Order: sequence, then C-alpha cells, then structure tokens
Amino acid sequence: MGVRMDKPWRELTAANVAALGAELGVYQLADAEGRIVRIGYAGGRTLFGLRSELAAALEAGEAARFRTEVTAQYLSRYEELLMVHAADHGALPVGNAADARRRMGRLSPG
Amino acid sequence: MIDFEPSEEQALIVGQVRRFVREEIWPLEAKLDPDASRVEPEDHARLVARTRAMGLYGLGIPPEFGGPDVDIVTQTLIAIETAQHRAGLYSPCFGAFGGAGLAQLYEANDEQKERYLFPMLRGEKRGFFGLTEPSGGSDPARAIRTRAVRDGDDWVINGSKIFISGADGADFGIVFARTDADKGRGGITCFILDADTPGFHVRRVVHTLRSGHYGTELSFEDARVPHANVLGEVNRGFAIANDRLTRQRIPYAAGCLGVAIRAQEMAIDYAKQRKTFGAALSTRQAIQWMVVDNEIDIRTARWAILAAACKAARGEPFRTEAAMAKLLASEGASRVVDRAIQIHGGYGVTKDLPLERWYREMRIRRIGEGPSEVQRIVMARDLFDQALY
Repeated sequence: MGVRMDKPWRELTAANVAALGAELGVYQLADAEGRIVRIGYAGGRTLFGLRSELAAALEAGEAARFRTEVTAQYLSRYEELLMVHAADHGALPVGNAADARRRMGRLSPG
Repeated sequence: MIDFEPSEEQALIVGQVRRFVREEIWPLEAKLDPDASRVEPEDHARLVARTRAMGLYGLGIPPEFGGPDVDIVTQTLIAIETAQHRAGLYSPCFGAFGGAGLAQLYEANDEQKERYLFPMLRGEKRGFFGLTEPSGGSDPARAIRTRAVRDGDDWVINGSKIFISGADGADFGIVFARTDADKGRGGITCFILDADTPGFHVRRVVHTLRSGHYGTELSFEDARVPHANVLGEVNRGFAIANDRLTRQRIPYAAGCLGVAIRAQEMAIDYAKQRKTFGAALSTRQAIQWMVVDNEIDIRTARWAILAAACKAARGEPFRTEAAMAKLLASEGASRVVDRAIQIHGGYGVTKDLPLERWYREMRIRRIGEGPSEVQRIVMARDLFDQALY
C-alpha cells in the first residue's frame, strides 16, 4: 500500500455504487476535473460500509468521481490521507472543513 | 499485616471514577466509531471540567508542578478504572484525566522547563518520545544508531526512528541519539528537538492493529539542535530512557487489568443470560472454568500490580515488581479477553461489542513498553544480581 491512494477513479453513479461491497475502508471523492473534494471513511457503525458512504455522497451530489480502498485500519489510513493531501496541496480538501477544527498532524511523505 | 484492600479514601475516589466512566464515558462512546480514540473538542472540554471538579485532573503530574496530590497506589487504582471502556486501553477516558506528559522534562533545567515543560503542562505544546529505531526497540543501548555529532554550539543529528506516537502533531520531541560510538549505553544522549527543525521529517504513518492510533517513522537529515537542548548530561541519556520505561510499566499493567475486569464482567453477564440446549451458559462447566481461569488471571495481575505500586510508593526499588506486573497483566488480560470472546461466541468478534478491539489492542500490550521476554530478562538480571549482558 502506497502512502497515496493510487487506484483509478470511477464515475460516481448508482450502478458503480451498487456494485461496491459493504467492507470498511476509506474513499476519496473528486470533481469532474479530478480535484479531490473530500476524503472520508466507512467505519464500524456504517450500515453497509463503503456502499452506504458512497450512496450518501451520490445522493448529496457531492462529486463526479470516487475511488475506494478496503482496510480495517480505516481511521489511521483516513488520517494519513488527510495529512498527505495537506502536504501535497497545502490545505485539506474543501469537504473536510470539519477536520480543520482539530489539530491535524504533519507529514513529509516525499 | 499485608492488605491490598483500598483505604476508605481510596474506595471513595475509585467509586467516583467508576461512576464517571459509566455515566459519562460509556454513553458518549456508544455514539462514536468503534475504533475511535478521541472525542469532539467540546466533549473533551466537558469531561476535563468534570475531572477538574473531582480534583483529579493532571494525574501523574507532581504536585509541585500543579498536579493533584495523589499517591502512586491510588493513581494505579484509578488507572484500573479509567481503562474500563472500549477505547480505554490506549485512550483511558479520552484523556479527561490529563497525563504526566513527558516525565523526563521534570529533570530539565530551568530554561528548558520554561520552553517545553510548562507549555506542555498548560496544554499549549505537545511532545513525542523518540527512542525506538528500525534496528530494534528492546535493547536501546545497542539498537540506537541515530547519531549526533557536536558542531560548535550545536549537535547535528542523522538517523531514523520508528513506531513513534504523536510525532506528526507534536511541537517538540525528546530524541535519543548516539554521541559516543564506543560506549554502548554510556554513549547515548537525550535531546529536545523542536518539530520545525530543518532536516526533521515525519515520513510516514505506521499502521498497526490499532485503527484509531498509529505510529510514525521519523528521519533526521543534518537536523541541528543547540547544545542548550541537551536534556540531562551528554552520554547519560540512557538512564533517562530507562527510568521512564520502568515507571511506565505500572500504569501500563493497570490499563490491561482494567480491560480484563470489564471483559470478565461482560462474560459473566452474558453467560447468565445466554441459553444453549435449554440451560444458561453459566451452568456449563466448560464456561465456569473459563470464568474461573479469568478470575485467577485477574487477581494474580492485580496483586502483582499493587505490590509494585506499594514498593514504588515506599521509595524502594521496584524494577522486578514492575516487570512482573507488566508481564502478568498483559499476558493474563490477553487470555481473559480471548476467553470472554469464546463465551460470547460469534458476537464476541463483531464490532457491536468492544471485545474484538480489546483483542487486537491487547496483542500489542505484550510487546509495547518492553515485550514479555525483556521483562523476564529484567527480572532475571535482578534475581542474579548482575547485568546479564
């Protein structure tokens, strides 16, 4: 597993979301230009894991694309993805404003 | 007379803390992710206000630095209680009781205290403890390969560290580096390093069995630290690390015991309710023996932990006792959680219950703060009254 999520983007459509499993994990949402608009995770209290999370994002019209990573370490991976994004872009994604309320860690992933 | 029963005052404090855990922490935790290790800032502030009102905030901070005047035995009894919830092993009460922070800084000089210790105690600065390296963590005297070389008024540090908690969010760190290649444990120095020092990098997150916590890997590339930031004396850093490792073993063991006690409560409750083949599980000898074995592990660990705490409180050497307590508690609690899962059957391994989280996290406790094998080395060394290696 690399520090950055490098799986191919998929269109955020009902068919693609329905094909997702109910595993726990992390995901990234992007706009049509590929800019990451939010990083999220499907944790232990989600009803159907990643499928539930992405279905909610689709319903909210949050993004055009998504990609996922199944992992039991969803919280530490989520933190890592936030820190890597901040290191690469100088700020968190616009959809992660709530995370900016707390003190984030810093990474120099190289 | 030998008596490990709490005094009247201790029983009152323990009862107060137990109510706090059950009335404040349990309901809050029910709304969080099962792997969560922190609460929202406003919830944390509310919890801290409660522990301050109880006069128990800042446990572990010496009274002369503003901590409550609570002896180590009572602190141990409190640590057993504060671990009794889902996140309790590594985030007891989500930090509501505060903590001692980096205890090594109590030995700092006045200027260092002003710059690091006092801001840390006020919650304005955070620190990390940088000891373990990729070359090993159990034998720091030999494993430390990070080097510091004197250059005028500075030291230049090069090397790496791994499994370091909190470095990504810290303002400074206590870093151990080799300053004399020929002197083994007598060639290690402890430095206070500001996190914004050029050449210091937090390279990656190290994912473990814990989802809500992670370690980090650090690199030092010509990181320049002023000589004024040497903590203690040059080449005397190992004693600083070692002292911390011994003291930390008592609350570490107490946390394991707290989780074991809670797992046992859950196992007994479930065994009374759950029926198989027309009778409650609690009537089955196989289940009864598991519960009895749990109780043996719990009581053995409790006596060992309190024996270590009592010796520490009397100011006597307690290295063997602390090592024994850590070993018995971490290994015994692992067995208790495992048996509690077995009693719960399929539910035991779901995220509906805290047992699966404790099972994962408890595995780490047999390695963290010195693995079981090192605890045995420590005890053997004392029993033979010599340095074995």
